[in-house]
Amino acid sequence: MILTSVLWQVLQTLIAVLAAPLVTGFVRLIKARLNGRIGPSPLQPYRDLARLLRKELVLAGNASWLFRIAPYFIFSFTWMAASLVPSFTTNLVLIPTADMITLVALLGAARFMIALAGLDIGTSFGGLGASREMLIASLAEPAMLMTVFTLALLAGTTAPARIIDYVLAGGVGLQVSMGLSLVALLLVAIAENGRIPIDNPATHLELTMVHEAMVLEYTGRHLALIEAASMVRLQLYISLIICIFLPWGISQSGKGLEGIVLGLFAYGGKLALLAAGLAVFETVIAKMRVFRYADFLGGALLLSLLATLVLYVSEAV
Amino acid sequence: MAAQALLAVAVLPLLTMLAMAAHRHKLAPALVHGGCLLVSLLLGFIGIASVLKGGADLAALPIGLPWLKAHFRIDAFSGLFLVIVNLGALAASLFGVSYVKHLNHAPRVAAAYPMFLAGMNLALMADDAFSFLVSWEFMSVSSWLLVLIDHEEEENRKAAFTYLMMALFGTFCLLGAFGVLAQAGGGYGFDAMRTAKLDGLQSSLVVLLALLGAGSKAGLVPLHAWLPLAHPAAPSHVSALMSGVMTKVALYILCRFLFDFGPTPAWWWGAIIMVAGGVTAVAGILYALIQTDLKRLLAYSTVENVGIALIGLGIALAFKGEGMLPFAALALAASLYHMLNHSVMKGLLFLGAGAVLSATNERNIERLGGLIHRMPVTAACFLAGAAAISALPPLNGFVSEWLILQTLFLGPKIPNWAMKFGSPVVAAMVALSAAMAAAAFVRAFGLVFLGRARSQAALLATEAPIPMRISLIGLAALCALLGILPVSATTILSQIAQSLMGIELQGTIIEGWPWLAPISVTRGSYSGTVLVASVLFLILVTAVIIKGFGTRQVRRGPAWDCGHKEASPAFQYTASSFAQPLRRVFGASMFQAREDVDMPSPSEIRPARLDVHMRDPIWQGLYQPLIDGVTHLAARLNRLQTMTVRRHLLMMFLTLMLMLIVAALRRVFS
Repeated sequence: MILTSVLWQVLQTLIAVLAAPLVTGFVRLIKARLNGRIGPSPLQPYRDLARLLRKELVLAGNASWLFRIAPYFIFSFTWMAASLVPSFTTNLVLIPTADMITLVALLGAARFMIALAGLDIGTSFGGLGASREMLIASLAEPAMLMTVFTLALLAGTTAPARIIDYVLAGGVGLQVSMGLSLVALLLVAIAENGRIPIDNPATHLELTMVHEAMVLEYTGRHLALIEAASMVRLQLYISLIICIFLPWGISQSGKGLEGIVLGLFAYGGKLALLAAGLAVFETVIAKMRVFRYADFLGGALLLSLLATLVLYVSEAV
Repeated sequence: MAAQALLAVAVLPLLTMLAMAAHRHKLAPALVHGGCLLVSLLLGFIGIASVLKGGADLAALPIGLPWLKAHFRIDAFSGLFLVIVNLGALAASLFGVSYVKHLNHAPRVAAAYPMFLAGMNLALMADDAFSFLVSWEFMSVSSWLLVLIDHEEEENRKAAFTYLMMALFGTFCLLGAFGVLAQAGGGYGFDAMRTAKLDGLQSSLVVLLALLGAGSKAGLVPLHAWLPLAHPAAPSHVSALMSGVMTKVALYILCRFLFDFGPTPAWWWGAIIMVAGGVTAVAGILYALIQTDLKRLLAYSTVENVGIALIGLGIALAFKGEGMLPFAALALAASLYHMLNHSVMKGLLFLGAGAVLSATNERNIERLGGLIHRMPVTAACFLAGAAAISALPPLNGFVSEWLILQTLFLGPKIPNWAMKFGSPVVAAMVALSAAMAAAAFVRAFGLVFLGRARSQAALLATEAPIPMRISLIGLAALCALLGILPVSATTILSQIAQSLMGIELQGTIIEGWPWLAPISVTRGSYSGTVLVASVLFLILVTAVIIKGFGTRQVRRGPAWDCGHKEASPAFQYTASSFAQPLRRVFGASMFQAREDVDMPSPSEIRPARLDVHMRDPIWQGLYQPLIDGVTHLAARLNRLQTMTVRRHLLMMFLTLMLMLIVAALRRVFS
């Protein structure tokens, strides 16, 4: 039992990092097709990362030690968080390490480091990115925690594995508050991953950047780690939405090997579906002005709060 | 135990006398701080011993009121606060040993500092209202002296005066609360108050007065106005104590009033305290976000953390009022853990600010920058404190906020609508304040330590001397330790909380090793130890894989910055520009923040201007009218002093008449 859970944990950890570039590549491919372009192969992000890893490192003159260690922390915190979100099975050895609040906070720790790295060189773009990133986080993080609160009230726990058990046991049914939480979590996921309409991952105009502005000074292997971290984070958020709202197919503890295989296929299918959905959404919507973010994310926060309060009105708890 | 502790405290006045006698000697201040270090070490051990031993230890001194004596008592609960206070005092004294050399009035600091420590320790040990209030005032007045050290500056005098007024107000409220309890319990001793029988109205009066009295010292919004003025005005190691430790003494007495004295107050007091804590947390951190004075920013962050601790106390009271004692003990333990953690991290941050101040003589973050290159140890320690106070795993601030959030998730179990609706809203406030704390501390750390130096002073800074560094490193290590291995701390805290709630349980309410979990692992769990081990392993794997790829060459070059050439450090983002989006989103309504842009047309040669106008709603809406009213009244009453003899005699006659009438009426009606 312990042995299999260790094995699945290793598999989960590897999937979290190895499949992430493919997800990003897939989103890019679909977007290109929707734009009428042929687009690069979905494997292109792997090649990009390998190229960056091989390149020489160029550091700005006054880069401090913090600037040099930050990429490792950013990548590892994100990777750790991603390996704790059950994607194909809940039988993972490390799953009690972190509940949903800790997952949010782990991503917060990665964000803290990246914002500091943005300020380290002392350029105006770095400061701009860090300032806007913290603005987005200050609204997105509470919204996400309120989503957790709704689930905790429904399922009586903040542990992702238990929430899956609860949803799979049919405890939720069709709830208005689950719908509201889903919308809130989608809005947060879009904002936290720097997707349109909050930020444009493909922008080349400095003033519209948030995430890219903070990492402008990074090169070589540091840049590779940061790019990889944002790919892992995109997959993490998709997995999180899957594990809370579409957990069907995830193998619960006690199921055999065929459960795992089924879980893996189900996960792949759901991942592709949501990634395609993201690409379609990004194609049809326009980028937002910076000060409209507050409306967008404040909306997410209020929706998630409403989701909790609706629970009482519908007398679900 | 109590007798030994009193003996140790008795050394402190001697140190004050030494400081006064040898005020011309250059080494005296450092020596006095060294003495304080030893005393707080001793008192800290006494605190640990009484926490581990449990039970209560009594002592009485034949001083004070002749028929009363001064009673002292140390139990596990006051032992815990002795640990908190003396841990802070230990670090501050060690820091102070070399920090006082940089101060203008070192002998004055050395004279008041031991008295401040004595006041705080005695307040925790006091076992009757009289000795408590005397110690409490001792603490207030000696800290007031320390705030007034740099009295040459108008701002500090104003801060000290505001502080004195608020301290008077607080003591006055506490006096009232003790009065009600003493009348019902039949004695001034805390024992009599424990068994006091109060009706609903009296009980509410006691809670209200205790909340106002202790809250004004702890920084409860809107009674916090003095705190961000007074805490930064004192020397930095004293600021660390005032913010990190003195606020905890106030919370200590509030806990005694809420959970120890008299019958349990009604549950809705819990709801009120919880909401007041939530408002305090959000308002405190919003203020912190827009400060440009490093120490004032830290003081506002204290207001936030006191709010979070109050949320824990409020929900504990609500649970207790409904008879759900295990949950109440859990909430209380979470709150106590946050108090312990906050005293460590706020001590660390204020001492870090003190190191920066002594190296650069600058508190304005707009004029600092790039200190990570010149003060690497201070920078690393300050970073640990900043990450801890922003509630980031795996540090200690995260663990206690996690526990408080978990208890808030249990809040809807209380069967009434106020708590059902209240606890999600307060949880959102906790989340909001944690996220904004991260923004505030990215800003504080980023602008002070990162980037390029914005002034000559920042460019020429040197690393702090060794005693300061040891003190910073010790506190930073404690931040990590309390976060990574919280088990023994939470076990002890939950035992203390259980004993205060009066429940006898076999196990503890917080599961410990290896998964930290409230009530049971199925409700959600966290393990700092496993998390740190796993993250370190992942970092190792990453480093090995990267090493396997290509080059290890590093080339240094000028910053790219999209091809912009930025010769001057003035091009960097400033504290105001960093806060601008946040100010615009959150401050527009609260601070009525308004920006006036004066952009000259291309033909004009005058410079462009951006003016930001803000208004402190609490000061200008609440305090200013109060001050104006008092000034107005004082001016009117002034006329009484310039009356003729005839009129004075008339006034005396009228007063006499009035009193006679009152006496007569009393006789008639009784």
